[in-house]
Amino acid sequence: MAKEAARLGRDRRARRSMRILSFLPGLLVVLVLLGLFLKARGLLAVKPLASLLFGSEWKPLKGSFGFYPFILGTFWVTLAAMILAVPVALMTSIYLSEYAPRGIRSAAKSFVDLLSGIPSVVFGVWGVLMVVPLVAKLAGLFGTYSSGYSVLSGAIVLAIMVFPTIILVCLEVFASISRDLRDASLALGATKWETVKHVILRKGAPGVFAAVVLGFSRAFGETMAVLMVVGNVAQVPKSLFDSAYPLPALIANNYGEMMSVPLYDSALMLAALVLLVLVLVFNLAARLILVRIERRVE
Amino acid sequence: MTTSSHLRIRHLSVAFGGQSVLRDVSLDVPDRKITVIIGPSGCGKTTLLKSLNRLLDSVEGARVTGSIFVDEDDINDPKVEVTRIRKKMGLLSQKPQVLPMSIFDNIAYGPRLHGVRNKAVLSALVEKELRAAGLWDEVKDRLHGPASRLSVGQQQRLCLARGLAVEPEIILGDEPTSALDPQSSRIVEQRLMALKADYTVIVVTHILRQARRIADYIAFLYLGELVEHGPAAEVFAAPRDARTKAYLTGEIS
Repeated sequence: MAKEAARLGRDRRARRSMRILSFLPGLLVVLVLLGLFLKARGLLAVKPLASLLFGSEWKPLKGSFGFYPFILGTFWVTLAAMILAVPVALMTSIYLSEYAPRGIRSAAKSFVDLLSGIPSVVFGVWGVLMVVPLVAKLAGLFGTYSSGYSVLSGAIVLAIMVFPTIILVCLEVFASISRDLRDASLALGATKWETVKHVILRKGAPGVFAAVVLGFSRAFGETMAVLMVVGNVAQVPKSLFDSAYPLPALIANNYGEMMSVPLYDSALMLAALVLLVLVLVFNLAARLILVRIERRVE
Repeated sequence: MTTSSHLRIRHLSVAFGGQSVLRDVSLDVPDRKITVIIGPSGCGKTTLLKSLNRLLDSVEGARVTGSIFVDEDDINDPKVEVTRIRKKMGLLSQKPQVLPMSIFDNIAYGPRLHGVRNKAVLSALVEKELRAAGLWDEVKDRLHGPASRLSVGQQQRLCLARGLAVEPEIILGDEPTSALDPQSSRIVEQRLMALKADYTVIVVTHILRQARRIADYIAFLYLGELVEHGPAAEVFAAPRDARTKAYLTGEIS
């Protein structure tokens, strides 16, 4: 009897400790939020939040901290990157999963894997050497001037970086759809493309959406590679060829540099807080949309 | 037995990546009867069925030789349009595979692909095929609800209706009742029996009792070889081959 009780006791302790451990990551998010908020309080105490979020003037020495250009910079670079990445990644994964012979599929998959393993600073350097001059030339073709350090350069580099994420998740999604379901469509006389369009994409819609969200989240917070090619000018970008200054770049460039300026560190903490909240809100919205898609697909 | 046959298999062999699965199968499938392919699992029954509408095309490493004549066309001829061949055959798989759309759209899917756009025509067609599959009364009030909410038995009948909607000549069933409860199995069997008045039906099964219930013609496959085939009554009463006999008495399974 005593032995039984000891075994059950161990079982209980194992369950409890694992439960506590699994709450920790969730708790960390709250702690980070709290920490950033406490640090940002210094600035929030002297300026109204609205003027910080929607103010366009960034003159730390004069004590004006407007985050609007940075928020929009982040937004435009990420959006442009996704517009570039999603169609290409989706078509690539459809080709690899539905059309490509096994050899090509696994070869391509290992290349995509490699791509995802390249450090972001390498993408940044590559962007500076290849993409920035290209974009400068492209701007010439469109009749405007651009140094090349621009939203578009950031978007291109970022698109290439989120490419593997989207492709690999989409491939998993398509692989989880049974051969029999494809056969059911084919057996009715559908072509492969009709099967992809009406069955695979529809069945895989929640997964594809999740893949895009994952890519988006990654693009949103990506710092290094973007910072190296977007120009880092605190202005609201008016075109793809304008420079921008995304939030992560702002934090990375300045933290530890200009800390003697009053309220500067507080402003950077607020920037981090804004970034984190944006990501959280975005993920929450994505989850809600995902539930709706799943319901519709069912 | 003298019957016509518009589905004739000649010297069909199939191998997957060098491993032979079907060897030199030749068979005339009688029209407007239920032909049941029996045999132990892994004997190539499903492969035989899939080769009939070229579903092996999309299986990597599959090598198919020999001919399958549907009406006068050899469907293994690379010049044949595969979608046209497949349209001639409705397929029921082991687990019902409803498409991720509404009940109505599941059935309208095939006809729409083949160019039927008129809403009234589609509605009439959907009702007709749902009645033929014995499902109409159960779903007529929720045609636009998702097909995945149907019970498994209903889903299989929906798949049957969907297959009928492209006006096939032949119905292929790959152990079509294996995932169903007894009640639903019985309904599907009854449907198949009713449908043989208008269609040629080929069913794969490993349930001998089912074969006895529904078969007009039997083909016994063993280790990729067509061991014996003939009218069901004859094969069951007096199997010619020792292996058929052993299978029918349960000595090999």
